[in-house]
Amino acid sequence: MSAPEQSPARETPVVEKAPSRLVPVGRFVVTVLRMPSGLFGVLVMLAFVLMAVCAPLFIHPSDLSVTQATGPLLSAPQHGYPLGTDPAGRSVLLLVIWGSRTSLAIGVMATALTMVLGAGIGLIAGHYQGRTGRLLMHVTDWFIALPSLPLAIALAAVLGQGATSITIAIGVTSWTGTARLVRAQTLAVEARPFIERARALGATDTQLITRQVLPNVMPLILVSSTLTVASAILSEATLTFLGLGDPTSVSWGSLLNNAFMQGAVTAGAWWYLIPPGIAILIIVLGFTLVGRAVEHALNARVSPR
Amino acid sequence: MTGPAVPDTAAERRTDGPPGQPLLDVRDLTVTYHSGKIPVYAARGVDVALAPGETLGMAGESGSGKTTVAMSLLRLLPAETTVTGEIRFRGEDLLEANWGRMRAVRWAEASVVFQGAMSALNPVQTVGDQIVEPILLHEKVGEKVARERARALLDSVGVPSRRIASYPHELSGGQRQRVMMAMALACNPDLVIADEPTTALDVIVQAQILGLLTDLVRDRGISLIMISHDLSVLASTCDRIAVMYAGRLVETGPSREVIRGPLHPYSRALAGAFPTLGDPASRLAPGGLPGDPPDLREEIDGCPFAPRCPEVEDRCRTGRIPLVEQGDRAAACVHVPGYDEVVRHG
Amino acid sequence: MAEPVLEARDLAVTFPARRGQGAARAVDDVNLALARGEVLALIGESGCGKSTLARALVGLIEPDRGEIRYDGKPLQRSRSGMREFRRHVQLVLQDPYGALNPRQNVHDAVAEGLRLHGQRAGLTRRVAEALEQVGMRPPEHFYDRYPHQLSGGQQQRVVIAGALTLGPEVLVADEPVSSLDASVRGEILKLFLSLRDRLGLAALVVSHDLGLAWNIADRVAVMYLGRIVELGTVEEVLLRPQHPYTRALLDAVPSTEEKESTAVLRGEPPDPTAIPAGCRFHPRCPLRATLPEDAAQRCLTDIPVLPAAVGDHQVACVHSDLAARPPLPVADPSEVTT
Repeated sequence: MSAPEQSPARETPVVEKAPSRLVPVGRFVVTVLRMPSGLFGVLVMLAFVLMAVCAPLFIHPSDLSVTQATGPLLSAPQHGYPLGTDPAGRSVLLLVIWGSRTSLAIGVMATALTMVLGAGIGLIAGHYQGRTGRLLMHVTDWFIALPSLPLAIALAAVLGQGATSITIAIGVTSWTGTARLVRAQTLAVEARPFIERARALGATDTQLITRQVLPNVMPLILVSSTLTVASAILSEATLTFLGLGDPTSVSWGSLLNNAFMQGAVTAGAWWYLIPPGIAILIIVLGFTLVGRAVEHALNARVSPR
Repeated sequence: MTGPAVPDTAAERRTDGPPGQPLLDVRDLTVTYHSGKIPVYAARGVDVALAPGETLGMAGESGSGKTTVAMSLLRLLPAETTVTGEIRFRGEDLLEANWGRMRAVRWAEASVVFQGAMSALNPVQTVGDQIVEPILLHEKVGEKVARERARALLDSVGVPSRRIASYPHELSGGQRQRVMMAMALACNPDLVIADEPTTALDVIVQAQILGLLTDLVRDRGISLIMISHDLSVLASTCDRIAVMYAGRLVETGPSREVIRGPLHPYSRALAGAFPTLGDPASRLAPGGLPGDPPDLREEIDGCPFAPRCPEVEDRCRTGRIPLVEQGDRAAACVHVPGYDEVVRHG
Repeated sequence: MAEPVLEARDLAVTFPARRGQGAARAVDDVNLALARGEVLALIGESGCGKSTLARALVGLIEPDRGEIRYDGKPLQRSRSGMREFRRHVQLVLQDPYGALNPRQNVHDAVAEGLRLHGQRAGLTRRVAEALEQVGMRPPEHFYDRYPHQLSGGQQQRVVIAGALTLGPEVLVADEPVSSLDASVRGEILKLFLSLRDRLGLAALVVSHDLGLAWNIADRVAVMYLGRIVELGTVEEVLLRPQHPYTRALLDAVPSTEEKESTAVLRGEPPDPTAIPAGCRFHPRCPLRATLPEDAAQRCLTDIPVLPAAVGDHQVACVHSDLAARPPLPVADPSEVTT
């Protein structure tokens, strides 16, 4: 990289254009897609999101209503019903597709809550290491000590059944892991000389956190987000399966719940029991793979060669 | 064995082999790393010789190949590295030796003082354990005898022997470096390779360590190869200096002469980076070199220093520039008197 | 005598006690003045407090006693006061790769200071000017590069360019070249000198390398265990040193000349948590070992101070009259008891 460092002074005016901000983002996306794990994960994610968004276009409320269903009751896959029917005669395939909407929505919202809470607390605790930091870490430790499932059940019971309470329950019990992770990374980043340089240049605490620390912690937050979505979807399924969700809404957890309650196991109705589980499996796999690919891509950008 | 071991066999061992045979004779050493996707040509055609009891300084900056050459002597490079040439240690080619023989050579006959003592010392083992370990591995002595020797070694390097039970983090930087030296001497080797032994140390501690090294080497008749980027450190401690650039040897000679009158333009630039206090030529006039060392992943045609050389000519850019000898000095530069004859005779 | 541009008066910085260790008096009663356009080298070994002093001068560390003055006026520790100060006094650190945010390209790294101060007008033009000042031409060539794509010398130039955008009058540099290759050092040192010549920039360069002082400094201050022990022009201090510590430092510099063997100073550099009484250097002082009992006792009871900060060659030694008489005799200070 021996650039011409000693060329004579020029007469032409200095170029005013700063480098575009989109180019590094574009390069990053390409790097992620180049990896087989990244490509597969992104495709899975896109497929499910597309499916969830477009579902209202081809699913009528009558397909989901217990009273208006027209199919044969609890029958194996056949022409017209690729995944068979449930005891009410609804197509299992359509139910699974519709269920993805709730599961994805709750998964993403719960993750957003977790991330904001966890990353926020982690950053502040890492930056302000005195009393504030210690206090925040004590609070975090207290939350970690609480068993998450009973807490989630209790919260859902208090807040009433439904998507909101499940979202809040998941958020409140999952933020601690992110908080500790982000705090540790904040401490590591703040030990580096460029933080001192930024202070010397005149940065305030807020500016330090937002301009210097956050961009360096963001990779961790991104990766953690994708993995958290996966676990949030699982948590949603668990809580709904346990009966804490809205009984009228369709989600993968409720499908599993219904399948168990209505004796699908003894009836040998595998087409009712297995598809929601497989759907959860695939989407969790997809998000996890994307998380790993993003991590690789971000590390490749920072480390030399 | 009564009392601490004294290297009484040192003098006897020095007469091994035919008289006049160099202790170490390296010929045409070429090292290529294959750790990444692109091969890195770290050393090319290096010739180095060391007589028993002689001290040699290898000078160069990062990427010059000096550490590569030193590590290759004991075959301490990663498995995927290609090493060609000859490394004759007391007449025996180490590149042909089997692993059993290499293990025997390592530490008992040639040892290394590594760079960065803090990372080279095991933080969870006491200092005493780390000195005792090679003794137990290479010699048939009991634990007690080995501990006695460790205590004596610590004394000889100026660390109070009660420190034998200390952990590395309990010692200062200078003391850790001394412990590294004690470890290197544990099995009475004939050759010690010191890789940047004083780089992270302050001036006074550096002077203490260099003084210690010189005394130890002289008292025990050990040959020393010292690697450093600081020419003045090498000149004050070593008999001869070999200057490396981009994996090639560019100059060799007695250290005082190389520092006072370098033949190669790179050696001149390197010497200029360490001004002599009191020299009006360097007062408010730092010596430096524009540009950067070349990328070792590319095959370089001609003199590797050509892009940065203030005296470059066209003929420098192609072909191989051989080492031209001038008495007991040699330099690989077209401007050295006698270059044309060497080239003509092939 | 013109007002010094940056000054430390009776400055003291103490780090609080931690478990197992006492309080560390890193900087103790230091008076130091930097004149406009001057290059002052602050030389000392690790643990002497030079880095702490440098950071206090840049306002990153708040002193426990004493004050920092910029242009004759004491430093205002308010937010606006500090922001104003930072536009005049900037910092260059030792590790250029670590000093750059790996997520920022060169353009943003250099523009950071301006952005932090809300000065977004003509941003790119000022970035380009700063890059040209440090010799990275053409500037556009470097905008989009990231730190890991640059060499050590280039990284340090980017750091310096970032410091220049705010138009400071003083650069404080902490070991600016010690992690760079030997042949690259000269180029960065030349840059400091050219910035002084072209922009009138004053510089306080902290280092352990005496050769650096010879290369670029006008004056040099030698620091030992939190105190300045000798101060003067480079010629005076490096060629006619008067303090025994300075002499020991100079003797320790490796050279090819045949020297009458001078005993290298023994012992480890001591600990700022356990400071000796009286003159801090007395346990290792080769001069003291040659003195008669009553004179040697004064080293324990009297505390040598440096006369006022602005002046000629100054030495903080109780026996400065004796020390001025060369040559320094050879003595084994290990016989001296504390």
